[in-house]
Amino acid sequence: MAAGVVTAAYIGATVLFILALGGLSNQETARRGNLYGMLGMGIALVATILGVVTDNYGILIGALVIGGAIGLVLARRVQMTQMPELVAILHSLVGLAAVLVGFANFGGHAADLAGAERVIHDVETYLGILIGAVTFSGSVVAFGKLSGRIGGKPMLLPARHWLNLALLAIAVWMGILFVQQSAEGGGLVPLVVMTIVALVFGVHMVAAIGGADMPVVISMLNSYSGWAAAATGFMLGNDLLIVTGALVGSSGAILSYIMCRAMNRRFLAVIAGGFGTGGSAAAAAAEGGEVRAIDAAEVAALLADAREVMIVPGYGLAVAQAQHAVYELTRALQERGVNVRFAIHPVAGRMPGHMNVLLAEANVPYDIVFEMDEVNDDFPSTDVAIVIGANDIVNPSAQEVPDSPIAGMPVLEVWKAKTAIVLKRSMATGYAGVENPLFFKESTRMLFGDARDSLAAVLKAL
Amino acid sequence: MRIGIPKEIHAGEKRVAATPSAIVELRKLGFAVAVESGAGAAASFDDAAYERAGAAIVAGPEALWSTSDVILKVRAPEHHPALGRDETELLRPGQVLISFLWPAQNPELLARLAARGVTALSMDAIPRISRAQKLDALSSMANIAGYRAVIEAAQHFGRFFRGQITAAGKMPPAKVLVIGGGVAGLSAIGTAKGMGAIVRAFDTRLEVKEQVESMDAEFLVLDFEEEGSGVGGYAKVMSPEFIAAEMALFRRQAEEVDIIITTALIPGKPAPKLITADMVELMRPGSVIVDLAAEQGGNCELTVPDELVVRHGVTIIGYTDLPSRLPTQSSELYATNLRHLLTDLCPRKDGELVLDLDDEVVRAATVVKDGEVVWEPPKPPPPAAAKPKPPAAPAVTAAEAPAPTRPRWLGPAVALVLGGLALLGIGAVAPPSFMSHFTVFVLACFVGYMVIWNVTPALHTPLMSVTNAISSIIIIGALLQVSSPERWIAWVAGFTVLITSVNIAGGFAVTRRMLAMFRRDEGAARAAGRHAPAHAGRRH
Repeated sequence: MAAGVVTAAYIGATVLFILALGGLSNQETARRGNLYGMLGMGIALVATILGVVTDNYGILIGALVIGGAIGLVLARRVQMTQMPELVAILHSLVGLAAVLVGFANFGGHAADLAGAERVIHDVETYLGILIGAVTFSGSVVAFGKLSGRIGGKPMLLPARHWLNLALLAIAVWMGILFVQQSAEGGGLVPLVVMTIVALVFGVHMVAAIGGADMPVVISMLNSYSGWAAAATGFMLGNDLLIVTGALVGSSGAILSYIMCRAMNRRFLAVIAGGFGTGGSAAAAAAEGGEVRAIDAAEVAALLADAREVMIVPGYGLAVAQAQHAVYELTRALQERGVNVRFAIHPVAGRMPGHMNVLLAEANVPYDIVFEMDEVNDDFPSTDVAIVIGANDIVNPSAQEVPDSPIAGMPVLEVWKAKTAIVLKRSMATGYAGVENPLFFKESTRMLFGDARDSLAAVLKAL
Repeated sequence: MRIGIPKEIHAGEKRVAATPSAIVELRKLGFAVAVESGAGAAASFDDAAYERAGAAIVAGPEALWSTSDVILKVRAPEHHPALGRDETELLRPGQVLISFLWPAQNPELLARLAARGVTALSMDAIPRISRAQKLDALSSMANIAGYRAVIEAAQHFGRFFRGQITAAGKMPPAKVLVIGGGVAGLSAIGTAKGMGAIVRAFDTRLEVKEQVESMDAEFLVLDFEEEGSGVGGYAKVMSPEFIAAEMALFRRQAEEVDIIITTALIPGKPAPKLITADMVELMRPGSVIVDLAAEQGGNCELTVPDELVVRHGVTIIGYTDLPSRLPTQSSELYATNLRHLLTDLCPRKDGELVLDLDDEVVRAATVVKDGEVVWEPPKPPPPAAAKPKPPAAPAVTAAEAPAPTRPRWLGPAVALVLGGLALLGIGAVAPPSFMSHFTVFVLACFVGYMVIWNVTPALHTPLMSVTNAISSIIIIGALLQVSSPERWIAWVAGFTVLITSVNIAGGFAVTRRMLAMFRRDEGAARAAGRHAPAHAGRRH
C-alpha cells in the first residue's frame, strides 16, 4: 500500500479519535464516541498492517489474537468497583509498550542519522523510555494499592524530596552520557541505568501518595501514558502517535487538574505526597462532642417522613459494594413520592467519575445524579442527607477551620440538611486524618456498620 | 445518690418530672430513684410502671423529700396544701433541687432556697445554645403548648379547619394567624397547617421568615426596616414607629382571620399588648384567640389568665397550663430533658453529681449554690446571625496578601517569554522534519485541551478507559518493528503488540460496558439491557 494511503488512513484515525473524545461530552453521544474510537483504532491497525508490515505475520497475528482475547475477558470479568485497578494496570501496559518500543527502536536503528537530527532522535528515544518506565512502575504500584495488595498508606521515606531530586539528576546525567555515547554507536548502559532509575522513581512517586489522592494519580498516569505514546511518535516520526499521545496526555493532565482543584490542592503538593503530615496538626479541628447513633428503624422513619433526600456516596460505597442496595432504597423512596437525588463530589472514590460508574452499574438513572456544584445549594431544603462511606468530602472543617489540612477544599454541605445520616463502619478519621466535626453536629446521626447491610436493614424497616 | 420524684401539688398540674423510661436511664447512670406514690397518676404512669422501671415507691411527701439527695420537680416549690407548710421547708442543707424556678420573677423563692442551704438548678435558665438543646425544657414545653393551642382553638371554633366542597355546600378553610415564630409559634403553625387551615405568621425577627416559609405558612412582612433579634435568640422591644405599623397589620388581619394564636414574649418584660380590644371587636363572631403569653399578662388586652372568656363574640383562651393538658407527652419530654441534664452532671456515671460551674450551661442553670444565690449568670452571647464572621477569612487573606510582591501579570509574561525563547531555540537547531512533527504535537495538545473540557464529570471514568485504549496506538510503533529481520526485535515487538492489544480490546470493551449502564429512564434501561444482556448482570 502506498505511503500516501497509509498517511490518509492515519488522518482518518486521528479525526475519529478526536470525535471519540468529543463524543464523551455527554451520555447521549458517549456510546457513539466509543464506536468512533474503535473505528479509528481499527483503521490505523489495518492500514499499518497492510501498508508497513512485511514479515513475521505469525507473531503479529498470534499476539493480536491472544492479547485481544485477554483484553476482552478482562473487560467482561471486571467488577465496576474494580475499575480503578483495571485502568491502572492497563496504563502500565502502555508504559511497558513504550519502553519496549524504545529499546527495540534503539537496537534496530543503524547510525543513519547525524548531527542535530541524531541528537534529537536520541533525546526522543530517551524520553520515550523514561516516561514509559515511570508510567509502568507507577501504574503497577497504583494497581497494587487500589487492589489492596499494597497498603494504602503513603510510604514516606525520610528524605524523599532529595531522593526524587537525586533520581532526576541521575536521569539527566545519564541522558547526556547516552547522547554522547550513542553518537559513537554505544549508549546501551546509560539507557539501562536510566530505565532502572525511572522505574524506581515511578514506584517511589506513587508509593508516597495516599489512597484518597488516587484520583489524581490515576489521571496523572493516564496523562503520562499519553506523553509516552507521543514521545514514541516523535522517535518514530509518526504523526498519528504524536497526535493521539498528545490528546491522551492533555486529557489526563486536565483530569488531574480538575481533581486537584476539587481538593483545593496544588498538583505538585499531591505528587510530593505525604498529605496531612505537615506542621498544622489535625488536633486543631478536634472539637469532639457527642455522637448520636441511630438504628435502621429510626432511619427508615426519618426517610418515610422526608420529601427531599440527598445521597452522598463515597469510597465506602465501593468497598461495601452497596451500589445495588442504595438503588433499591432509592426506588422504594421514589415510590413513596420522595425526591431522591445523588450528589457526587469530584474526588469521591478512587478515580475520576468512579461513583458515577458504580451508580450506573446499579441502574441509577443519571438524571438524578448530580455534581457537587449543581446541588450544593440545595442542602438547606433537603430533609435527609445520607452520607455513605464518605468522610473528607463532607467535612465542614474545610470551611470552618482555617488551619485544617483540608481548609478551602470544596465540600458537600450535608450539615445544612435538616438531618444528616452518616453510614460508617467506625469513628475512624478519613484519609486526611482530620477529625470530622460533621459527626458531632446537632443534626447528624450516625448509623454504624457495613453500608450494604445497613442499607438493606433500612429498606426492610421501610 | 438517690433521686426523689415528688407528686406535683400545683392546682391542675398533671405533669411529673420523671417517667418510667427516664428512670431506667437514670438508674444506668448509677442513681437510685424514689417516686412518691401517685406522682405519675395524672400523666397516666401508675406506681406499678415505676416499680417495674426500678424505682422505689414512697408514700407521702415528707418521707420522699427527707430520704432523697436530688429532687426533680416540674413546678417551683410552693405551699403544700396537705402538709400545711411550704415545700422549701422540706429541704435540708446539701440537697439539690432541679425544676422550673423562674429566678427572675421569684427572688424571694431564691432567698428561701438559699436559706435552706441547698443547691438549686432552674430548667428555665438553661441557655439557648445548640449544645444545650437537648436540655431545653422551655422549648419542649413550648412545642407542646403550640400544638395544644391549636387543639384548644379547634375545640372552640365552630367550623372545620380544612376547606371542603360537599353535596351540602362549600366550606371555606379556616384562616389562622400565628404571632411570634418561636418554638411554640412554629409548632402551632405546623399543627394548624396539618389540619388544613390557611396559616399566616408574623414575627419581628426576620430570621424567622425562612423557618415559617419552610412550614408552608405565609410570612407577613411590614414595609419597615428594623431587625428584632435580641440576645439569646429572643425578640427585643421595637421602636414606636415599628409598633404602629405592626398594629395596623394586625388590625387588617383581625378582620380577615378566624383564629389568632399569640406567642409573643420578651424576656424579663410583661408580654407586649398586640391585640387590642377594638381589634377583638373587628373579628368575626365565633373567632378564637389563644393567648400563650397569658402568664406574662397576655398579648391580648382582653385575656384573663387561666380562664376562657367570650368577649364581643370572640372566645379568648388564656390558659397557662397548656403543656399540663398533654400530661403524658409533656412529662415524657421534660423527663428526657432532666435526664440529659443529669447525664451531663454525672460524667463518671457513678451516681454522683459534679457541678462544674465553668460549664456555661451548668453555670447558667445554677441559681442557688450551697445556700448562696448565684443568679444571675453572665449574659448569653448574641445570636448566631449577628455574630461577626469568624476571623478565619481575614486572617488567611492577610497572610496571603504580602506574598505577591511582584505584579500579577509577571508570572504568565515570564512563562510566555521563556516558552517563546525555548521554541525559537529548538527551531534554530532542530531539523525541519522535527519542527513539522512538533507543530502537529502542539496543535494536538490544544485540540485535546478544548475537547476534554467539554467532557461531563460523570463520564470521567469512561473517558479514562477510552483514552487508555486510544493511547495503545503505540501498537503502531511495535507494528513498524515487527517485520525487523532481527529476531529479538521481532519478538519484542510481538510481545509489545500482545500487551497493547490487551489494552485496546480491554479498554474499548470495558468502556462500552460502562456506557451501556448509563441510562436515563426505564425505557432506555430496557434498550441498554437488550444490547448488552450480560452487562447489567449481578455478579456480586
